[in-house]
Amino acid sequence: MAALVIAEHDNATLKGATLNTVTAAAQCGGEVHVLVAGENAAAVAQAAAQVQGVAKVLHADSAALATQLAENVAAQVLALAGSYSHILFPATASGRNAAPRVAAKLDVAQLSDVTKVLSADTFERPIYAGNAIATVQSGDAVKVITVRTTGFDAAPVTGGSAAVETLAPVADSGQSAFVGRELTKSDRPELTAAKIIVSGGRALGSAEKFTEVLTPLADKLGAALGASRAAVDAGYAPNDWQVGQTGKIVAPTLYVACGISGAIQHLAGMKDSKVIVAINKDPEAPIFSVADYGLEADVFAAVPELVKAL
Amino acid sequence: MKLLVPVKRVVDYNVKVRVKSDGSGMDLAGVKMSMNPFDEIAVEEAVRLKEKGVATEIIAVSCGVTQCQETLRTALAIGADRAILVETDAELQPLAVAKLLKALMDKEQPGLVILGKQAIDDDCNQTGQMLAALADLPQATFASKVEVADGKAQVTREVDGGLETVSVTLPAVVTTDLRLNEPRYVTLPNIMKAKKKPLETVKPADLGVDVSPRIKTVKVSEPPKRGAGVKVPDVATLVEKLKNEAKVI
Repeated sequence: MAALVIAEHDNATLKGATLNTVTAAAQCGGEVHVLVAGENAAAVAQAAAQVQGVAKVLHADSAALATQLAENVAAQVLALAGSYSHILFPATASGRNAAPRVAAKLDVAQLSDVTKVLSADTFERPIYAGNAIATVQSGDAVKVITVRTTGFDAAPVTGGSAAVETLAPVADSGQSAFVGRELTKSDRPELTAAKIIVSGGRALGSAEKFTEVLTPLADKLGAALGASRAAVDAGYAPNDWQVGQTGKIVAPTLYVACGISGAIQHLAGMKDSKVIVAINKDPEAPIFSVADYGLEADVFAAVPELVKAL
Repeated sequence: MKLLVPVKRVVDYNVKVRVKSDGSGMDLAGVKMSMNPFDEIAVEEAVRLKEKGVATEIIAVSCGVTQCQETLRTALAIGADRAILVETDAELQPLAVAKLLKALMDKEQPGLVILGKQAIDDDCNQTGQMLAALADLPQATFASKVEVADGKAQVTREVDGGLETVSVTLPAVVTTDLRLNEPRYVTLPNIMKAKKKPLETVKPADLGVDVSPRIKTVKVSEPPKRGAGVKVPDVATLVEKLKNEAKVI
């Protein structure tokens, strides 16, 4: 049977997380179909049709789907669910929001944050903040899965030639309404897709210092900015920069942790990075236990020096 | 309006847990257990809604072994009015818990259910959404602000890229994110008072729910270890290594 991937998009562009989910879906065996549920999202459906490995794109267009309200998205997925053995969402805020709703309505368990597909019914997923990897087997007829995007390569955005099929959209549930959105404006690469991430912790001391010290380094490296929970809670950085168990899970090529001690919950979000650099003046900081290169120094002196040396 | 607040007993978030050598699970013998941090935030939010006069009664619920009573007593000490323990030694997965909670909702008819967004042991992030689906109610997940008025809850949610506000018709299910509030410390007098508050115990069978697990854990293993790193003496060496050894810049 086929696998259905729920596309992550903003009605204009197909988000990268969808591509990693397509790769995971292909490993489940069978054809990969992509559902694009949105409003005026024809461009997204076209983009999804180009993705390598996608056999069919299902496009549902309606005002009720414009803002990805979980009630409506889940209903749209359920209208299709009968023909699929696997239903996969990226483990993003919107995927995590809608997926369990689909699973419960189908009376099946859900597999969260899957990092590896071992077979059509057996998967790996991290538990206890990434301190253990569980191999789990689902006995349910339909596997509803959220995919940890950092666990899978992105499918190539070209090379596919899937047919786009228009679906009848579901009616608005009327139970919930979208009020507004306040997005953090940034010209930087998206945190979860960035090749390099410069991240700061409590040691930066203030929002001003956080920006003053880390921005030049991020600019120089073309990096995204991240933060520890302590830095976010103290108001140095916005919430959606938080890297960790309860924030974003990232796996860039290079992760530079500046003034971050390295609590278990933070490590859970970044320890799959290819190369980790830690700059911290505390030689006992746990971050040094995962860092490939550790520099024991004051961030206020070392980071500007690093910017100059690059 | 009644509020229902499900709480979970989990390994304390400060404890570094280890995988059992036979790969059957985590070694939890003698490990400190606490209330899941997101659930503390949920109880705190419920108590604040009561203090504002929005809620009239707070019912804390926990599903699991007898010791979950301690977790419920903590919720009572924070300010919940009464507690229900759904007692079972069986392994409970989110779908089963959502079904148990749905059965309790049918009985108690709360106007709002507030749960944590995820438990820090299984890291599932499913139960609230599943409960909303089973009860056919709207949901507002990852809440960082909740305002209740005129039969609706306006909830600001933490999403990728920023914040989003939705309005849901009550009854509804809300799950809490970290920044919703700062849970209060329980005081000794409140711990003493909590001992006198009612705690009812029921069994899954009393609620007519089959809790058998749907997902089988084949094995649990240690995550791959990272190779030992090196300490560099200065910035120049760091740059040199990143350029020539790691070749990442």
